[in-house]
Amino acid sequence: MLSSNAFVDPGKMKDYHYTGPVEHRFSPYSFNGGTVLAVAGEDFAIVASDTRLSEGYSIHSRDSPKCYKLTDTTVIGCSGFHGDCLTLTKIIDARLKMYKHSNNKTMTSGAIAAMLSTILYGRRFFPYYVYNIIGGLDEHGKGAVYSFDPVGSYQRDTYKAGGSASAMLQPLLDNQIGFKNMEGVQHVPLTQDKAVQLVKDVFISAAERDVYTGDALRVCIITKEGISEQTVPLRKD
Amino acid sequence: MALFQVSGLKSYAELREQILPARQTHLFDRTNHYNFGTKTQEFAVPLGVDPSGFLGTCSRDGGVSIDLNHGTTTLAFKFRHGVIVAVDSRASAGRYLASNDVNKVIEINPYLLGTMSGSAADCQYWERLLAKECRLYRLRSNHRISVAAASKLLCNMMLGYRGMGLSMGSMICGWDKEGPGLYYVDDRGTRLSGRMFSTGCGSSYAYGVVDSGYREDMAVEEAYELGRRGIAHATHRDAYSGGAVNMYHMQQDGWIKVCKDDVSELIHRYRKGMF
Repeated sequence: MLSSNAFVDPGKMKDYHYTGPVEHRFSPYSFNGGTVLAVAGEDFAIVASDTRLSEGYSIHSRDSPKCYKLTDTTVIGCSGFHGDCLTLTKIIDARLKMYKHSNNKTMTSGAIAAMLSTILYGRRFFPYYVYNIIGGLDEHGKGAVYSFDPVGSYQRDTYKAGGSASAMLQPLLDNQIGFKNMEGVQHVPLTQDKAVQLVKDVFISAAERDVYTGDALRVCIITKEGISEQTVPLRKD
Repeated sequence: MALFQVSGLKSYAELREQILPARQTHLFDRTNHYNFGTKTQEFAVPLGVDPSGFLGTCSRDGGVSIDLNHGTTTLAFKFRHGVIVAVDSRASAGRYLASNDVNKVIEINPYLLGTMSGSAADCQYWERLLAKECRLYRLRSNHRISVAAASKLLCNMMLGYRGMGLSMGSMICGWDKEGPGLYYVDDRGTRLSGRMFSTGCGSSYAYGVVDSGYREDMAVEEAYELGRRGIAHATHRDAYSGGAVNMYHMQQDGWIKVCKDDVSELIHRYRKGMF
């Protein structure tokens, strides 16, 4: 859908006075909202996303989750421009199959992350407008989270939030999981149940304050037994 | 695949193209979605638009805001006992702090280090490519690549894409037959050998501190402290630098990682002596 200059700042009413001739130009991108989160634990990883797909002031769908299962031990969360998210996940799936056929084994999380970095950099001059976060188990069975910028810069983290509400969620995660800005608190390692509860609470907060986040929450929990999914309702307004 | 590449069974023209990809830039003026080019990287370019300004124009429409990870202070200097490399660890995307915990020193091999400043993706990608070329050189010619040659490879890669909006300021440090080596390479193709460099938005502050304390015959601990102070004071005054000081020491038999100190604790410690 062509994006128009009517909403320069989403959520803000535009002042209607005549400013002079304005050049309207086709933009290849559009912002479809959505928030993604990933947390790595000792022997598990969680990737969660909301399921709202919006554009400007409208909601296109209330059931469009942003987590995509790549292998039995890896899930990717993509938010940003939905068109690029779909194409990117198709490309990653194809590359995973190619690897499986030529190397006779599944790609590990670290390898997928490194590959995604080069795929994204191949579009350095015309980027995929996608904020990616990969969550999964590494070769030693420990949880791993890899976060990316739109052109492929990446690093391994313990937790990361991406997408429209990322600036609200990241400080909360820094405080609760990273124990930043807390004095005299024991650094208890995160258990799986506590992590899932934290993720749900964090998204409920995000839905309160970010217009592009809401409707429902899809949580994927990755353990050595496999990937289990849960859906939790969020605010629909 | 990999063995075929490594064995070097190619014509001269193909081999030259492998070593100097900058000779022929693979720019296609159509968006190449299915980039399965595993041997040579292809880059998609937007049609009829100047690539360096393209992202800026997209950022005004419909809430689209593509911010790439940026910003740094890095410094390196040679002295009697080798080369000290010190970097901060902050990555910012526009006004948002993407991470305070990035590793901006790429360990190319046990005797070569590269630093990253400017656009995080550009640095990571091209230095990873440099690591691959250095490894292939070692396998094909049975001796280690010199620091001068490694920095020249990187410089030529940058020259191939000059004017397209890449942003990278890197220092290649190593120890080869000529002794300790330090080169500064940037996205415009500048390549300089020198005794001391600092790059990034906080570089002016780091230069001030290191210039005032530098002596060629410093002891090792003194040099560590100088590197630490340079980065700590730069992060104190530059908004886009911060996090922790990652410091490496390049010695004759390879590099060692010296320390990773949180900047706020360092500033607190220096403050006590200041007032």
